[in-house]
Amino acid sequence: MKKIVKENLPALFRAIAAQQDLFLPIKTAGQTNFGLWTEEAEVDLETLKTVKSGKDMFFPQSETLYTCLKDDKKIYIKPEALQDRNFVAFGMKGCDVKGLEVLDRVFLADPVDTFYAARRKHGIIVAMACNEPETSCFCKVFGVDCAEPSADVAVWLTSTALCWKAQTEKGEALTATLTAAGLLEEATEADLHHVEGEKAVTRAIVEKLPYMNLSLEGWNGEALNEKFNSPLWEKLYKGCLACGTCTFVCPTCQCYDIKDYKTGTGVQRYRCWDSCMYSDFTMMAHGNNRTSQMQRYRQRFMHKLIYFPANNDGMYSCVGCGRCVEKCPSSLNIVKVIKAFAAEKTNEGGAR
Amino acid sequence: MQRLIDRAKELLADGTVVRVLGWKAGDMGYNPEPAMFDNAAELRNFVYDGFCGANLSKFMIEASKLEGKTLVFLKPCDTYSFNQLIKEHRVDRDKAYIIGVGCQGKLSMEKIKSMGVKAIESVSGADAFDAAEELTFETLYGEKTVAYKDAMLQRCHVCKGKEHMIYDELLGESKDTKDADRFAEVERIEAMSPEERFAFFQAELSKCIRCNACRNVCPACSCRKCIFDGTKYDSAQKANTTSFEEKMFHIIRAFHVAGRCTDCGECSRVCPQGIPLHLFNRKFIKDIETFYGEYQAGADTDSKGPLTSYTFDDVEPSIVAERG
Repeated sequence: MKKIVKENLPALFRAIAAQQDLFLPIKTAGQTNFGLWTEEAEVDLETLKTVKSGKDMFFPQSETLYTCLKDDKKIYIKPEALQDRNFVAFGMKGCDVKGLEVLDRVFLADPVDTFYAARRKHGIIVAMACNEPETSCFCKVFGVDCAEPSADVAVWLTSTALCWKAQTEKGEALTATLTAAGLLEEATEADLHHVEGEKAVTRAIVEKLPYMNLSLEGWNGEALNEKFNSPLWEKLYKGCLACGTCTFVCPTCQCYDIKDYKTGTGVQRYRCWDSCMYSDFTMMAHGNNRTSQMQRYRQRFMHKLIYFPANNDGMYSCVGCGRCVEKCPSSLNIVKVIKAFAAEKTNEGGAR
Repeated sequence: MQRLIDRAKELLADGTVVRVLGWKAGDMGYNPEPAMFDNAAELRNFVYDGFCGANLSKFMIEASKLEGKTLVFLKPCDTYSFNQLIKEHRVDRDKAYIIGVGCQGKLSMEKIKSMGVKAIESVSGADAFDAAEELTFETLYGEKTVAYKDAMLQRCHVCKGKEHMIYDELLGESKDTKDADRFAEVERIEAMSPEERFAFFQAELSKCIRCNACRNVCPACSCRKCIFDGTKYDSAQKANTTSFEEKMFHIIRAFHVAGRCTDCGECSRVCPQGIPLHLFNRKFIKDIETFYGEYQAGADTDSKGPLTSYTFDDVEPSIVAERG
């Protein structure tokens, strides 16, 4: 394991950014999100969760796919260049990284999404272990160990240093460069001891989190019809404002829309994240196949907990980051849905 | 709180109403949700406390389309929204039985978290009609206390008052929570140089993720189909392009609700990125008061709005140029 003392982190970031783009949690107007590092940026490694997950470093909220240009009577198509240089995604958490595994299932399966694939190929993920998780966290339910994230590099922020452990070839290469530059040094026995101590503390807290024992029993492909037809949805969706907050802060939501933008001299075809909460979600020529908010609300959870695992070897499309739990304006969320169905099963529910 | 449940049960039992619109207790003690209760049994999950900030007037638009009367609990500030919706023919007064509930200031989880309180297991002191001076949180990292006042939503610091503008009956005591001038924040921004002001709004609005929570929670945003949801325009309602968010969406929305916004503050409460959206609306309110005299949208159901009535004395559009 390597390390760098905390005071030298700006030098580390500068060195990484000199070789490739560096994205990391940056505080802007009071909120922390992943952004491109600059000398002036206010790096924030203390905030447990960025508002948006790290998803848009690999799958941006809006991106141009190609542009159509008109020149007299000819029309040209100019494809958008793919990511062709490396970048570092620093400070993603275990849940964020697990979110990418979910996206990989969608975008790296045939037909491969070349835009996403290029970013995955060139992205080097330096994931940071969590300390002091929130009561909204339930990543362990989905097999994430937030105390030791699995990524190209795992890092631990202790009171004095950042401890650094390469876990893949990509991670080794970045580590070698930074070690050669004299930025990373060998961690001492004391550092290793400190990291092990931090891991133990975090894991102990994780065991005490209120959603840690959330049961996903009954959420599988076999239960499709039973869940889909449940009268509970009519109750559960009532407070939903049909905004896209849950979708847009989610590390696994992958639906997008494709639209055209008239630039004046041509047409830009772009894609942007969509939300199943929105009225024009999956709008087609014949109209919309989900005509009520109840149906759209149900879609979100059926997708995450039934359709996705049924099509992806049991992998849920939720990683327990708890962002929707914290951000929904009406305090609705996936945990409440899972609990409501569980309560219904044991006949304690009904009112939900 | 039991008083509210008991009264709701009575009104259901005697047939005055067929359903109840209120708040349902969450699983964490600080995350209640707006909810519809169809019978007395369901009311066992009813809650009303300091965390019930949601303005239920907006939900009355849909409830007005249902058969029978809905009992709705409205806080003083929510009643302004309800009145405004009556004026705009978006809710049906006859479909609502309004209990004006007391309010002692509603709480902001964002503010509580910003004061270093995290991993909350339980909270005390947020009682609806007997709010404590101090909130006590049991957290995974020890007990934390926060002054109730410091944890209140911004809007409560400029509270419009304890009076309900419309109701069928009243229940519960309110508290004076106003301790700041309504236009102080606006004046601070007016005092900025144009460059500073631009930088301020650019920084704030570039955080926008186009979740549309501000629009969807807004009682003044009651269009059946928002122009931004149309498919005929290049401006997709969900595509966030920095320049558009910084210059268009929020400004257009602010213009559209000008003169109708009651300053309920829901937009700022729900923004996941903490954008102080109420500032736009409050600037309009301040200007309207300057040019047309004191006016509070939603204070009544029949007065003419300053921007929807025209007189020869109206301020000329050139005022914009004059003021810079």
